[in-house]
Amino acid sequence: MSATAETKAVETKKVTIIQAINEAISEAMAADPKVIVLGEDVADREGGGVVGVTRGLSTKYGDDRVRSTPITEQAIMGAAIGAAIGGYKVVAEIMLMNFTTVAMDMIVNHAAKLRFMSGGQTGVPIVIRMMTGAGISSGGQHSDFLEAWFAHTPGLKVVLPSNPEDAKGLMLSAIADPDPVMFVECTRAYFTPTEMPVHVAPIPLGKAKITQQGTDVTIISYSEIFLRATAAAAELAKDGISVELIDLRTISPWDRETVIASVKKTGRAVIAHEAVKQFGVGAEIAATLQDELFGQLKAPIKRLGAPFTSVPFSGVLEQAFIVSVADIVAAARATLA
Amino acid sequence: MATTSFASGANAAQPDAATQVEIYRRMNLIMQNDEASRKIIRSGRLMMPYYSQRGQEVIPSAISVNLNDDDKICTIYRGIHDMLAKGVPLRMLWAEIAGRVTGTCKGKGGPMHITHPASGAILTTGIVGSSMPIANGLAWAAKLDKSRQVTIANFGDGASNIGAFHESLNLASLWKLPVIFVCQNNRFAEHTRYENGTSVDQISKRAAGYGMPGVTVDGNDPFEMYAVANEAINRARDGEGPTLIEAMTFRFFGHVFGDDDFYMTKEEKSAAMAADPVPLFRAKLIATGVATEGQLVAIEQKIAADIQDAIEFALSSATPPLEELTRDVYAEGVA
Repeated sequence: MSATAETKAVETKKVTIIQAINEAISEAMAADPKVIVLGEDVADREGGGVVGVTRGLSTKYGDDRVRSTPITEQAIMGAAIGAAIGGYKVVAEIMLMNFTTVAMDMIVNHAAKLRFMSGGQTGVPIVIRMMTGAGISSGGQHSDFLEAWFAHTPGLKVVLPSNPEDAKGLMLSAIADPDPVMFVECTRAYFTPTEMPVHVAPIPLGKAKITQQGTDVTIISYSEIFLRATAAAAELAKDGISVELIDLRTISPWDRETVIASVKKTGRAVIAHEAVKQFGVGAEIAATLQDELFGQLKAPIKRLGAPFTSVPFSGVLEQAFIVSVADIVAAARATLA
Repeated sequence: MATTSFASGANAAQPDAATQVEIYRRMNLIMQNDEASRKIIRSGRLMMPYYSQRGQEVIPSAISVNLNDDDKICTIYRGIHDMLAKGVPLRMLWAEIAGRVTGTCKGKGGPMHITHPASGAILTTGIVGSSMPIANGLAWAAKLDKSRQVTIANFGDGASNIGAFHESLNLASLWKLPVIFVCQNNRFAEHTRYENGTSVDQISKRAAGYGMPGVTVDGNDPFEMYAVANEAINRARDGEGPTLIEAMTFRFFGHVFGDDDFYMTKEEKSAAMAADPVPLFRAKLIATGVATEGQLVAIEQKIAADIQDAIEFALSSATPPLEELTRDVYAEGVA
């Protein structure tokens, strides 16, 4: 790369995660006629998705390639799996993460396992898109982060972007991937316009991003909670605490090397996610870190997640359910105490 | 028996003489293969969960002679008859059920997950009802490709009570997919008698609720089965959408190998076995002059030899190397 190219400012624009994902799918569809989309209300006749993630795609690429479905999650997933085996790359929307529960047989017994059970003869290149998250008064059946279930399922990949640039780059990779990818979008993070480069290249799945180097404590997070971790790091910096911030971006496969190298350096780790703490992603990471770094840790690893309860409706309870900036700050301080 | 008008009598498609013999060959292959499977399990040489297809030979044999190699079938755990009729090679089939690396799936799928894309045998599922949603997807791909390929979704009568059946029929009809839903109604869902588990007297009647043709056919009659399959397959190829075929049959050896059949009467079982479709069709081929005794004996002996060869091939093949334990989880493997 020439010196001028290095110093030249990257051209950016302000977009939401919704627009970023829309761009990724559109670019993939333009590049490959085998990329198709299905799901409830995804075509423009039905509004291009309930929050507009697929808006404009059916008009641009035709109703055959962007197909609205009835409310029929098993049939949606089955159609996606069959079409994928039949040579297509399918982006299937399961509107809300909780709705995957009515299609679990298709996702877990079939999408995840067919490559293995067929001895590698049939693969299922699909992206299963869904949104979720507490904080929008949707109560117990529209808000859960269930990523640990899917990360516990061999054969699935699980991606949870926190910002538009990652959402676009990861979606491009997810569509190109030969295996099923659960693509989890946090509703709270959807609508905030954020600077994103005009041109975003595919971001490899399984690669974390260190957004801030630090020496005192590593904070590991993903999805919208990562934005809270970023705010917590700024808060901690005021007291001279140097935080290394890692956005995992993909939790299956997860970037062990990056996380281990960082915690080896800082000796302290805080892991924060929205899902309930018990048996969550944080437990897997913490277990790996103690296994790899036993004796080098300067403090017990702190895990932050929701209490072991359902997402409540009442606003006060709902806010208390979600890991807060203050929770992360307190956990980081505790590792330094 | 049809609930929707299907061609009948002189208007029904008739298999020509060569096709009749080919249907018989496939039936005999399924029968002999099933007998060899039960025998080898009894002998203790192979261990596997085995869902005998004995008694259901006609259905896939009469359907599959209407299919091309690139047409797809999806089937279920009682599906080895469907796989054999579609052309899965015997050696690879036996090696798979023996858990050997030379099997269709390198020994990693087993009898409930036979997959052989080259013959169009694309999916065997162990989950009741799950052949149907995926068959829709294969049919959707064929429709997008404008390929005229069709997909057969096989399932049992018990599966018509699971949600996947209803979701699949609705979507297939709505999207006019080139898929044929073949319910092999053997009158028992595991141990539950048909009428104790199903709200209608004929599953084909459920087709009306989804706006598609439905027909109940004697699944042990090769001529009826052929004619109905031919019509449904042609309609699917011509872009006229899906059909639900309910093929009436009977399983001779219960749900799973070792089943003591306590839930059926001796009389109904012996009546069904007395009406064994394989020798009946054999006698008919000879009586109508379609084939000679000598011709059929030659076919049967060739099948017997092929099965012996396949068993020997399977049992002398290597087991999978341990690396296979984590291979094929993802295309690029597992770290």
